[in-house]
Amino acid sequence: MGKLETFEILEPGILTTIQDLGRYGFSQFGVPPSGALDTFSFRVGNLLAGNREEEAGLEITLMGLKVKALREAVIAITGGDFSPALNEEPLEMWRTHLLVEGDIIAFRKVLAGCRAYLAVGGGLAVPKIMGSCSTYLSGNFGGLEGRKLRRGDILYTPDTPAPLDKLGLQFPRDWIPSPEKETPLRVVAGPQNHHFTEKGSQTFYSSPYQVTPQCDRMGVRLEGPEIERRSDVEESIISEGLISGAIQVPGDGKPIIILTELVTGGYTKIATIISADLPMVAQLKPGDQVRFKPISIEESHLLLREQEERLKGFRKIIQASSPCRK
Amino acid sequence: MGLYPKTQFYLMGDRGLLLEFGDEISREISEKVRRMALAVQAEGMEGIAETVPTYRSLLIVYNPAILPIQGLKKRLNRIEERLQQTPLPEPKLTRIPVVYGDAYGPDLEEVAKYHRISPEEVIQLHCSKPYLIYMIGFMPGFPYMGELPQALETPRLKTPRLSVPKGSVAIAQRQTGIYSIRSPGGWQVLGRTPVELFDPEKDPPALLQMGDFVQFYAVSEKEFKSWENLRPLKSWSPAF
Repeated sequence: MGKLETFEILEPGILTTIQDLGRYGFSQFGVPPSGALDTFSFRVGNLLAGNREEEAGLEITLMGLKVKALREAVIAITGGDFSPALNEEPLEMWRTHLLVEGDIIAFRKVLAGCRAYLAVGGGLAVPKIMGSCSTYLSGNFGGLEGRKLRRGDILYTPDTPAPLDKLGLQFPRDWIPSPEKETPLRVVAGPQNHHFTEKGSQTFYSSPYQVTPQCDRMGVRLEGPEIERRSDVEESIISEGLISGAIQVPGDGKPIIILTELVTGGYTKIATIISADLPMVAQLKPGDQVRFKPISIEESHLLLREQEERLKGFRKIIQASSPCRK
Repeated sequence: MGLYPKTQFYLMGDRGLLLEFGDEISREISEKVRRMALAVQAEGMEGIAETVPTYRSLLIVYNPAILPIQGLKKRLNRIEERLQQTPLPEPKLTRIPVVYGDAYGPDLEEVAKYHRISPEEVIQLHCSKPYLIYMIGFMPGFPYMGELPQALETPRLKTPRLSVPKGSVAIAQRQTGIYSIRSPGGWQVLGRTPVELFDPEKDPPALLQMGDFVQFYAVSEKEFKSWENLRPLKSWSPAF
């Protein structure tokens, strides 16, 4: 299948990368999943753009991205609100739009969240590496040449007709996660919760923690009260596998939330954030506040199922909106 | 304590299950990890996204919508019960050429001084035996190997380097490893290998695998460079 020039990057912003839903099965070779951090917004964006949920799109960190359409394209912007504009007019998020050649989209100002997603009909055309289009920044592969986007980059989409039947589609407003002053994050205790004292656990679950500037696709370092460790256990453990959402507590007693670009680590993990709340972690930026709440694994699986049901519900709305689609 | 009489299951959130087999770094525990990882992979269970074998544990990343946790635990128990019948592939030995010292191994002299031996003796010790690959982690294709001869046990650098070149062969405590890509790092760098440890275009992408062995041998700078010249041709084969 041919591909066509669809976007030109006029300004790359702080950090814009090509992502999909990640590269799984390669952690055993030291390759972390990578992929969109807020998978919920990412998947909704793709559905709005008439794609399968896993199609490659842009992950935009905070502000500054400016792109020019080089041809007609159907797009949707989801995730964090950076006041996107189309030719300097505000552009509604969580809804399908048609761009024509010469249109310019700019992300002007951070209103909420940390990561926005731009999905385009047909998806971005980049080679799949180990089954995925996701950019793995520290590994220097995936996405566009394994790097963040630069000024002058040209992005391609497959040579397929724009999915015009999706225009005007909108994601139900009350299903959009709304940012809060203090983000509640639900966790399942462990795997090393037994390395901490009763008092340490209490500190962890009763105190607010603040996001520091050390916050990227590998992890989010938090500032707050020190979590007390048992005196008879060592600060570090023998290195073991990691997943997104694992909360490491290194020697200084300050938690670090692990994200999608790490595979192994040797610090104790007091708890792990549930899958359904990971999209909220993706939207944290320096200065934001979080609070942790323990729940059972049964409850966490129920919450994940609820989130999937919402997406399923939306898929049904989309299918119903285009009965004539071939 | 060593190998636990009963494998411990720990939850890592709602899609990670950590099987812990022991509380130390040992060949016995490593073999159990490898056996279990291979057996789980051979089972081909639908809903398993990752199996991550490390020194003394195996992390299983699963999709709870496809594979409920209780069912997963039961199947893992069953796999473990018949683990001894699972044939283990004969470990492979890969010989890795290294140019030691100078700009390639900036810490060789210091390591020698630390142990009050000559740099040549450090090289000899480092090449003296095959090392078991305990795990691949930290970065794509990075092998954690051991045990170094006791006479080479060396602490990490006090201040980690911001950038360690790709191919750097390094040691820390009783471990040795190879930086498969350029990255920050705190291990003591003894030399550099021209061998590619990771190639995203290959299947599997990592040259080395957990449970296999590596033995280093010293080469001259000239040999190192001739290896490097071969690299664009991708003519490297593990049978050298």
